[in-house]
Amino acid sequence: MSIWAIIIIASVAGLAVKITGYLVPAEVMERERPSRVAGLLTVALLAALVATQTLADGQDVVLDARVPALLVAAALFALRVPFIVVIIAAAATAALIRALGG
Amino acid sequence: MAVSVAAAVSAYGVSFGALAVAAGLDVWQACVLSLVMFSGGSQFALVGVLASGGAAAGPAAIAGATLLGSRNAIYAMRMGPIVGPGILRRLAAAHLTIDESTAVGTAQGTPEEQRRGFWLTGILVFVGWNLTTLAGALLGDLLGDVSRYGLDAAAAAAFLGLLWPRLSSLQPVAVAVAAAVVATALTPWVAPGLPVLAAAVVAVVVGLTNWGRGGTRRGAR
Repeated sequence: MSIWAIIIIASVAGLAVKITGYLVPAEVMERERPSRVAGLLTVALLAALVATQTLADGQDVVLDARVPALLVAAALFALRVPFIVVIIAAAATAALIRALGG
Repeated sequence: MAVSVAAAVSAYGVSFGALAVAAGLDVWQACVLSLVMFSGGSQFALVGVLASGGAAAGPAAIAGATLLGSRNAIYAMRMGPIVGPGILRRLAAAHLTIDESTAVGTAQGTPEEQRRGFWLTGILVFVGWNLTTLAGALLGDLLGDVSRYGLDAAAAAAFLGLLWPRLSSLQPVAVAVAAAVVATALTPWVAPGLPVLAAAVVAVVVGLTNWGRGGTRRGAR
């Protein structure tokens, strides 16, 4: 599968999901369960992405410069530092550790 | 409100553009994602999985991005009555249905203000997000080597930033921890991208049974 094919399929699927929501009768919205599952789905997928982006190197689990970088990011998010500043700080932390041979 | 939200979100676009290019996409591919998919979390997810698994992880990347976008369908159900009738109007509204436009829209008092808040935020974020994606992608192209500049760590931090505001009570925190453990534990055993999808099962099980919210049959929402 080419990168272009992946991008077009994923983009159309994402748009289709949004359109589907406007076709569903309003009564479904009143139900609590779909809303709760969708909310938790977002949380689970993002948490899994945090874990794999931090610890996975291909199919190996490794502890490297990304771990301290993520800890720095967590501390800054807790201090309500703006998103873009945190991202740059995390990248800089990892880059610095690597430059020092970590 | 719409303007400040749009300004804040646009900053994410720079990180997305840079990370997309670092993951192996070209500038145009990054821009098509922001133009057509237009859902930050899903875009970061697609690019993140492609970065670790390459084009071979395509199906898992598509599935992950689409599942992450499923909350947009819930937003769409909420915004449907506010947006009003008309096929073209609803199609345009569907495209602009994201976290931010829904949040600003539903935060307003009267139906007229809700409609205005939704459209204004959606349009401003769309313009800002696409311009900053282009800027970030061009910047990423200039920067070159990923790990030297720590962009892989930036990707992890970006997901954490999207997750952070959602960790508002015990149930989402428990789901987040369990999902992270499941994804990490499965990483050595299955193809890249699949550990993230497996973690989604945690959310479905907890969401259907409503574990961690003992007794509260009707939630706060």
